Parts: sequence; structure tokens; C-alpha cells
Amino acid sequence: MSVPANLRYTNDHEWARDEGDGTFTVGVTHHAQEALGGIVYVELPAEGTRVTAGGRFGTVESTKSVSELYAPISGVVVAKNEGLDAAPEAVNDDPYGMGWMVRIQAEASGEYAALMDAAAYAVHIGE
Amino acid sequence: MSDIHHTDLQRTPLFDAHVALGGQMVAFAGWEMPVQYQGKGLVVEHEATRTAVGLFDVSHMGEIIVEGPDAEVEVNRLVSNDVSVLADGDACYAVLCHEDGCAVDDLYVYRLGRERFLLCVNASNADKDFAHIQAVALHPERIHNRSKDFAQIAVQGPNASKLLARVAPGDAIGLPRNFIRVHDWKGANLLVATTGYTGEAGFEIFVPPELATPFWNELLAAGGDLGVMPIGLGARDTLRLEMGYPLYGHELDDQTTGLEARVGWAMKLKKVAGFIGSEALKRRQAAGLPKKLVGLELLDRGVPRSDYPVLLGGEVVGKVTSGTHSPTAKKPIALAFVRPDLTQPGTELAIDIRGQAKKAVVVPYPFVTPGSAKA
Repeated sequence: MSVPANLRYTNDHEWARDEGDGTFTVGVTHHAQEALGGIVYVELPAEGTRVTAGGRFGTVESTKSVSELYAPISGVVVAKNEGLDAAPEAVNDDPYGMGWMVRIQAEASGEYAALMDAAAYAVHIGE
Repeated sequence: MSDIHHTDLQRTPLFDAHVALGGQMVAFAGWEMPVQYQGKGLVVEHEATRTAVGLFDVSHMGEIIVEGPDAEVEVNRLVSNDVSVLADGDACYAVLCHEDGCAVDDLYVYRLGRERFLLCVNASNADKDFAHIQAVALHPERIHNRSKDFAQIAVQGPNASKLLARVAPGDAIGLPRNFIRVHDWKGANLLVATTGYTGEAGFEIFVPPELATPFWNELLAAGGDLGVMPIGLGARDTLRLEMGYPLYGHELDDQTTGLEARVGWAMKLKKVAGFIGSEALKRRQAAGLPKKLVGLELLDRGVPRSDYPVLLGGEVVGKVTSGTHSPTAKKPIALAFVRPDLTQPGTELAIDIRGQAKKAVVVPYPFVTPGSAKA
């Protein structure tokens, strides 16, 4: 199963990518999208919304269930993936690419480094 | 994702077959059942049933046999539909009612013979139904809970007849809905009913438990070119919801009548002999029902789910009983109980989705055209 080495991960199956400019892109993992099944709706916060590490920042809905999204790090949402309004299935098809969800301007250092690396996450999902 | 504790759950004879097929096993109504199969998923399974043929393990359903010279009188007194019009090999949908008219369960009645009726009831209610029936029956000693003696496999979809004709041909093939016939399979008797919970043509087949796995495997092996696929509970629910079929615990329960759940066509209040609950139902109908089931289509983005409040001008006027994103119609749909003055198609309401009022409109259901795989 796909667990890219250049990302970090939460227990709740979100990933975060360090963009090198103090912002972090966030989505859900391949494992998460597979467990959710066909995704039909993604509800994301508006730009400017403040999110807290471990706090709910949105919702992803598949035909069978609704799941909360939890922020990997604290900060302010500086971009959200508008493309998911029309094509939520991108989360299934390309969870680390076209299926990204929000970009967060981090407000504290150290939260990203404290997330699981790919090896730890692979163990977490039983790979 | 939460872990399920698989203690005290019952398993059907097909459990190992599901695991071998990559079935994702979950707790449902006291049973460990596949919600979907690996590498396919709910939407793929749903579409396979609408366009090809799906196999469903419904062995968890309960089977109650009513026997004896007065079996017809007995069943007719127990259930809401008119069983007296059934000939041998006929079937009908009905509601089992409490004395107050509310639903103990909904069920299928099969007349196997003049002195033998089969009642197929919901898994979650089988023990409750049997206790109720034992308490109210004229001849409780002639009524037996035979749930452990039957496995059940549903074969549903436009290719269902072709598939069954290859494996176990017989008289049920080609019949319209609501019949039951005996087919032979390798010397064993299968009870093959032209019923189902998907809206598609197909069969519900009562199988001796020890034959369930070989029969299931033969259906899968024989139908490769017909697109046969095992279908989990997830797609079973979206398929029935697109048809507006009630699911006990959602559209029907111990506080809800079949009249409110819009299965009035199966509530034969004019049946001469009456049935348990019929007097109370007449009184309720005369007094005016407090709620009625409607179909809703969400106009805003989102997915309605059971228990979400239904709003009119900010006031709560009802509650969603089942909701999903329809894989066939490709839009968010729901069944909901609303105030009885709000059932006209076109009525504009809202659904409270996590604190946001999302626009919805009352629509007629079924939400899809059966057999067409189109909205």
C-alpha cells in the first residue's frame, strides 16, 4: 500500500507535506480513502480559518459513511482544494496529489516533526 | 475507524467464503457480515447489481414456519396483508403489528402449501417476532422458529435469471415478482422465491445450511461472463434505499405504523377478519397520522444521514430515517418522516447537516427506475 516517504502522518490517517515555506499541505492517506470507499463529498474550512492540531477541520463523506478530518498541525488555512467540490473522487484516485485538501500556515514549530514518519505509519496500518 | 469486538456474534454458513473473497466483516444485527468486499467496494457492487447480477448472503434473516389446518387463518390474523388471497406458491409483503398498530417487524409471507406458511423476518427481530407470535397466536404449538435450518442467498440483477438457469433451473425462472417454487440442486430442494430487496429482478433462495457454500461457489463460478459479484451489506442498503424500501429500525419500529411508513398498500384494514393491530390502526388513521414518510432530494451539497433533523423555516418538522449519496442517480437522497401537511412533491424543506441548514425538496420515490439502472 502506498505510504510515501516524504510525508508525515497522523493516527487518524491524515498526511502532511512540508512545503518549505512555513506551510504544510494536508490530505488523507491511501489507506484512509480505501477504508472510506467512494468519496462523494468533502467539506473543508474557508481560507483564514484557524485550525488546531488534533482538532476537527472538515468532513469527508462516502456513500456508506461520514468521517471527520483532524488537523495534523495548528495554524491558519491559507488554501483549500476547490477542485474537490466538483470531483471529490480525486481523494480516492490520487490521495497524495489531486486529492489534497488544505494548506496550513503553521503557527508553532515542532508539530510536524512530532508526526509519524512513513515507516511508523506503515506499522500503524499494519503494513 | 473503530475496532469491532467480534464477541457473541453469530456467523452464517458462508462466513469462510466471505473471508476468502476479501469480505470486510462487521457486526450487523448480532451477526458478523460482509459490509463490502476487498478490491470492489460499495459503489462497484451497487452498480454490478443494477447492471449485471449480485450475490447476497442473507442467511441472517429469520424463518418462522406456521403449520396446521388453520395455518391460513393464523397467519392472516398475525399480519397486515391479506394472506387469504394467496395460492400455494404465492408470496406477499406484510407488517407484523402490535395490538396498538405499531410494527413488531416487516416480513415476507410465503404460502408453501395449504397447511404450511413460511414467514421470512428481519435478523435483528427474529427472536422478538417469535416471542410476540407465541404470545398472541391461536395455536402457538404449530409455529416454529426454524431460522437455524435455512441459509439464504439472494441473486439479484438483470442477469439473475440467466445465472440461476445455468446452476439450478426450475419453475421460478421467468415468473414475475412474489412467487416461490421448489428447484432441485444436486438432489436437494431449494426454495426459490421471486422476491428481493434491490428493485431488480431476481431471487431469494432458501438453502439447507450445509449446501450454502457449495451453492454460492457454483453461482460465482458459473456467472463470470454474466458479471456476477458478491455484494456486501453496504450496497444492499443503498440499493434498497434507492427503491424507498423500508428498513426496520429506520422507517419502521415499535413506535411507528406501516401507515406512516407509506406501506399502506400492505395494510389491509378492510380485511374482513381483521388482524392484530387493525382496530388501533383504523383509530389512528381516523385521528390523523402525526408523521408521514417522504422522499427528499438534497439540493445543496452534502449527504443526508439518519437522524438528521428536517427543517421548515428554522423549525424542526421531521427527521431523516435513511440517507445516502445515490450511486445510480448520483445525487444525495433520503427518506424522512415529516409533518403530514408537508408531503407534497415539490415542498421545499431543509436538512440540518451538522448545524448547517441545507436545501432539500420533497420528491416521489423510488428514486430510480427499477431494472433500468438509470435515475
